Amino acid sequence: MNIKDLPEESLFTPGHTACAGCAAPAIVRNMMKIFGKDTIVYTPANCLLVFSGTYPHLAWKVPYLHEAFENTAACLSGIARAYKKKGKKVIAVGFAGDGGTYDIGIQALSGAAERNEDVIYVCYDNEAYMNTGIQRSGATPYGADTTTTPAGRKILGKLEHKKDMAEIMRAHEVPYVATMSISHQKDFIEKTKKAKEISGFRYLHVLSPCPTGWRFDPSKSIEMARKAVESGMWTLYEAEYGEIKNIYKPKKKIPVEEYIKGQGRFRHLTPEMIRELQEWVDRKWKKLYGELPQ
Amino acid sequence: MIQKLERKKMVVTGDYASAYGALLCDVDVVAAYPITPQTLIVEEFSNFVNDGITDAELIMVESEHSAMSACIAAQACGARTFTATSSQGLALMHEMLFIASALRLPIVMPVVNRTLAAPIGIWCEHNDSMPERDAGWLQMSCEDNQEVLDMTIMAYKIGERKDVLLPVMPCLDAFILSHTVEPVDAPSSDEVAEFLPKYKPYAELDPEKPMAIGTFTPPEYIQELRYQQHVAMERAKKAIKEVTEEFYKKFGRNYNGLVEEYKCSDADYILVTNGTVTGTAREVVDELRNKGKKVGLLKLRFYRPFPADELRKVAENAEAIGIYDRAISYGVGGPLFIEAKNALYGYTLPVYNFLAGLGGRDVTKKDVEKMFEIMMEKRKGEIYWLNTRGVKI
Repeated sequence: MNIKDLPEESLFTPGHTACAGCAAPAIVRNMMKIFGKDTIVYTPANCLLVFSGTYPHLAWKVPYLHEAFENTAACLSGIARAYKKKGKKVIAVGFAGDGGTYDIGIQALSGAAERNEDVIYVCYDNEAYMNTGIQRSGATPYGADTTTTPAGRKILGKLEHKKDMAEIMRAHEVPYVATMSISHQKDFIEKTKKAKEISGFRYLHVLSPCPTGWRFDPSKSIEMARKAVESGMWTLYEAEYGEIKNIYKPKKKIPVEEYIKGQGRFRHLTPEMIRELQEWVDRKWKKLYGELPQ
Repeated sequence: MIQKLERKKMVVTGDYASAYGALLCDVDVVAAYPITPQTLIVEEFSNFVNDGITDAELIMVESEHSAMSACIAAQACGARTFTATSSQGLALMHEMLFIASALRLPIVMPVVNRTLAAPIGIWCEHNDSMPERDAGWLQMSCEDNQEVLDMTIMAYKIGERKDVLLPVMPCLDAFILSHTVEPVDAPSSDEVAEFLPKYKPYAELDPEKPMAIGTFTPPEYIQELRYQQHVAMERAKKAIKEVTEEFYKKFGRNYNGLVEEYKCSDADYILVTNGTVTGTAREVVDELRNKGKKVGLLKLRFYRPFPADELRKVAENAEAIGIYDRAISYGVGGPLFIEAKNALYGYTLPVYNFLAGLGGRDVTKKDVEKMFEIMMEKRKGEIYWLNTRGVKI
């Protein structure tokens, strides 16, 4: 199935107030076309809540709940169990950002995964707290300039590498973990459809390029996502019950430098720092996915 | 659905009475996390589920914060929910308490009152639930295990009323009730089902009629919501009176509104209590009455809504009033004392504050006698720390 085969009707409607070039609406809109109307959506505090759910102008045509920031997976558990008790079939889907997943939400997420709650948890990962003004998160890559890891005179951006959240979820041995990218729509659709058909805990992790936070031209979001995959900075794969499957290996590997050069957040990187980032990618691939094709 | 349960006399702990109350109310979803001394509640409820007595969904979450989050979500989907906690667990839930009440979800959560650290302790103090006074929950306090069971049932009935729609926190003293065995009359499941019909949510998350709950809201709308919560809490006073009356007619136990007056009508000196100290105070009142002292007792069954009218009524002809507190707002006084001073504004009688039993220290008859002695002597000070090393009274 391809993107043009998805239903016309959108359960996530236009008229929201996301920044130009934001990948999140494309992620949510296409996923919602697949999940369908018998879905209950939870969003924690994030950009998505603000740009699609500001009362009384809502972009949602499905039931929609917000409680707090750190509890997406707990709220999804409550939704799923209430409907299990009712004996009615609904899909409980959460759309959390990277801050709500990697950092403040990881405890509730780990708990719900361990209990194998029958829910779909989507992390749209724009690699920082964009909603509050581009502060670093556990998802922010090494070297990135954020408002709390500024490229200063002494310290040049974030000193730590991006946490491998999908690996953490894979270690929970849940029925399904998938990493996705909006640049690879066929793969995106297939994984979303697969997640819908499986029951138990499903974790979908999508890289969500953010022109505002990463500082690139808003027309280049898809290109950024593609380069992230081609450079190995972002990896597409699936894992069923903890076993990695279907690693996407780009035909031609591009250097990390080519991915980061179009992004203002990496503008200050020294050759040593670029080398450090490249080594991190190579290490990660060697350890988890095999060598990247040169 | 629950199995048919007959009317019976049980000899059980306060925690068991609490869990059994929730069972009788046929709750749909329970999300909980264990903490001493609430543990028996979740253990007993787990037994009910695993023995097939109820088909409730049990979510043993990884924290109290998640327990309340899951209850809110389930209740927003139209389920009747239940959880329970104590002390640190309640403090961890703090953020979510405000969300439960503002979303107008009548969740019921017993709080087994335990001292809030530091230093860490597990015994009775009211400094866990009382700081949550502004969270928009009704707060009840129980004197014995019968009251724990009955209050749990009434909590759903009061909270779910369309004129209230607020969550309810029945409070019970750590160990003194939670782990102490007492005889309790349990109604049958049929009787409870007649008293408490199936939960009909005012609004729910349902794909058939999509709506958003709890979403991002600008200043144009929030103030009215706050006003409505305030009005609902005020309305709860009438609801409590009506529900306790209805309960009396159905089950024969009379809880008579927000307070219980004991020998107050002609009393000059009235002690105001909540929780288990009431039993001790009742005995002291009897003994002092035998000695010809005109003393009385006002037991507060509710902290929120606060029974200000009931307090003013007994103060009308009294010489002095003493407020017992098992928690302290540092530099000001006990939480009940603060409320009482507010309610008695314009009254000229002395209002005393007695602090005792903090951290779980026993409050003895001797302590209560001392409270009456201070009132009867019309002492000058306001706040008295009883049985406290380094404090002379």
